[in-house]
Amino acid sequence: MTDGIDKETLFRLFETMLRIRLFEDRVVRLYPGQEMKCPVHLCIGQEAIAAGVCLHLKKEDYIFSTHRSHGHCIAKGMGLRPLAAELYGRSTGCSRGRGGSMHLTDPENGIPGTTAIVGGCIPIAVGAALSAQMKRNGRIAVAFFGDGAVEEGTFHEGLNYASLRRLPVIFVCENNFYATNSPQKARQPEVNIADRAAGYGMPGVAGDGNDVMFVHDSCREAVERARSGGGPTLLEFRTYRWKAHVGPDSDIAAGCRPAAEYEEWVRRCPLELCGQRLIKEKALTEDDIDRLTGSIEAEIDDAVEFAMNSPFPQQSEILDHVY
Amino acid sequence: MAKLNMVQAINLALREEMQRDKDVVILGEDVGRDGGVFRVTEGLLDIFGQERVIDTPLAESGIVGVSIGMAARGLKPIAEVQFMGFIYPALDQISSHAARLRSRSRGRYTCPLVVRTPYGAGIKAPEHHSESTEALFCHMPGIKVALPSTPYTAKGLLISAIRDPDPVIFLESARLYRLIKEEVPEGEYTIPLGKARMAREGKDVTVISWGAMLHRCLQATEGMSADVIDLMTLNPFDEEMIYSSVKKTGRVVIVHEAAKTCGLGAEISASIAEEAMLYLKGPVTRVTAYDAVLPLPKLEDYYMPTVERIKRGIEEALKY
Repeated sequence: MTDGIDKETLFRLFETMLRIRLFEDRVVRLYPGQEMKCPVHLCIGQEAIAAGVCLHLKKEDYIFSTHRSHGHCIAKGMGLRPLAAELYGRSTGCSRGRGGSMHLTDPENGIPGTTAIVGGCIPIAVGAALSAQMKRNGRIAVAFFGDGAVEEGTFHEGLNYASLRRLPVIFVCENNFYATNSPQKARQPEVNIADRAAGYGMPGVAGDGNDVMFVHDSCREAVERARSGGGPTLLEFRTYRWKAHVGPDSDIAAGCRPAAEYEEWVRRCPLELCGQRLIKEKALTEDDIDRLTGSIEAEIDDAVEFAMNSPFPQQSEILDHVY
Repeated sequence: MAKLNMVQAINLALREEMQRDKDVVILGEDVGRDGGVFRVTEGLLDIFGQERVIDTPLAESGIVGVSIGMAARGLKPIAEVQFMGFIYPALDQISSHAARLRSRSRGRYTCPLVVRTPYGAGIKAPEHHSESTEALFCHMPGIKVALPSTPYTAKGLLISAIRDPDPVIFLESARLYRLIKEEVPEGEYTIPLGKARMAREGKDVTVISWGAMLHRCLQATEGMSADVIDLMTLNPFDEEMIYSSVKKTGRVVIVHEAAKTCGLGAEISASIAEEAMLYLKGPVTRVTAYDAVLPLPKLEDYYMPTVERIKRGIEEALKY
């Protein structure tokens, strides 16, 4: 086993990744039914980052995320029922059916809210970390963002201040090499995103975001640093989304990304890599995986049924919670 | 003559202006190879090349800021922001710089910049993807705001915006992009900024609207004798047409899908009170969205003014 990872940890990582994958696979199947009235940005192929990072976090730690946040929220402990109901716009959803896939909220699980404003969450995570530092409550904050966010001013502003104040925050860049359909090379000079950490005087680590053990290990150090007053860390995990920027379909045939590139990454499926490892280590059998799949599928069945049987918000509620 | 939807009409305007004037350039996220989120700039990269159809980093403030520098130094940039709700990082550049370049240099610089962005609800995407905050930009001296409601007017207005020496925020209804087709001629024609269009003529009431709501106003006034004004340019708006219509009908209903408080309806209403109050037979009625963040998905149907709500507003104005 990789240093520091026992079989039980690896199994938990696998289970979380599988839950994310199966949930989103279900979204892919259900979406054409036209009842999920919101755009969905799927993270299929990127599950290892959500799982590897969030396993280190306590319920009361904060995560901030993007339009592609189903995985982060599931890994942080959001139930599948409120998640499914939110996608269907029902009043039992985690944002009471007002936000949809891009605006997920779960205060009880340390999810103040996800939004589609690229880079928008970075200073907010810094603020949550500053609050934790001032209140000395031991919490830490994680900002998940993509490679596109590095181009926004908020990235610079957030990292600068977090480092200055040695805040308990971890910047997790999920580098999937595309901002919508623009490749990273067309948008940024060829400098590793993690190397930018040096400019802010904080450690930066880059590596394989499809290797859940690598994610887990490098994040453990960042979490220890944050919790012990050592300040922020920038982590860059390279990965690949399998679906289009938005929606349940593939964008490969449409020419948005090269087929060979896509196939190469699919061969390096994070679940396969982890599952094979567990089987090789005799920590898991194919039968175990089937059983686990069955029980998660049943959980998803329940969540979807719950969502479909839930009411829509009422017109009379439209002005609720503005102030 | 070809029947075009709004996407095609805007694309045509961009293509013709770029052919006419080599200083016209387009920049924005995914505008080139991809043709833009709504495919408005599709095909332009192939015709004009990477020098003039520029895929940018994902950075709205940077896109607009760079455009301002280009505009001040001899180019005519057309910046695209993917959704109106994504424009806020660029507000500083728009308000603090684009709007003030002419004034600050006492006329020695102008800023011939167009910022195109889709606005508005009706596509089942909440919050930032359905923003309708046109009044923010109308509040900035030095910025013009144009907002077409049809393919034909979209082309003519955009050409005027591109040729205008000052910065124009050009708002395109995402809901209308592919909803209607009409005849749009090839070749040059312009619709001047600052002029409205009488979309229907009558005598009992003046209904003022723009963009997607204009079409609901036309439905709501079917069988009535109403002036329906398509404002088209929101700042500066066509005071002359509004006042002359108000003087004729004495009753006014303003309809917009932006929130009510400090929406453009408030400014129009105040202007009417200043210039034509003695002609009014009743208070100005506003039919607007609610003062709430745009919700999803069922609530969106309630949020935007419906034909029924517009009808009720008109009935109220007529009854007074």
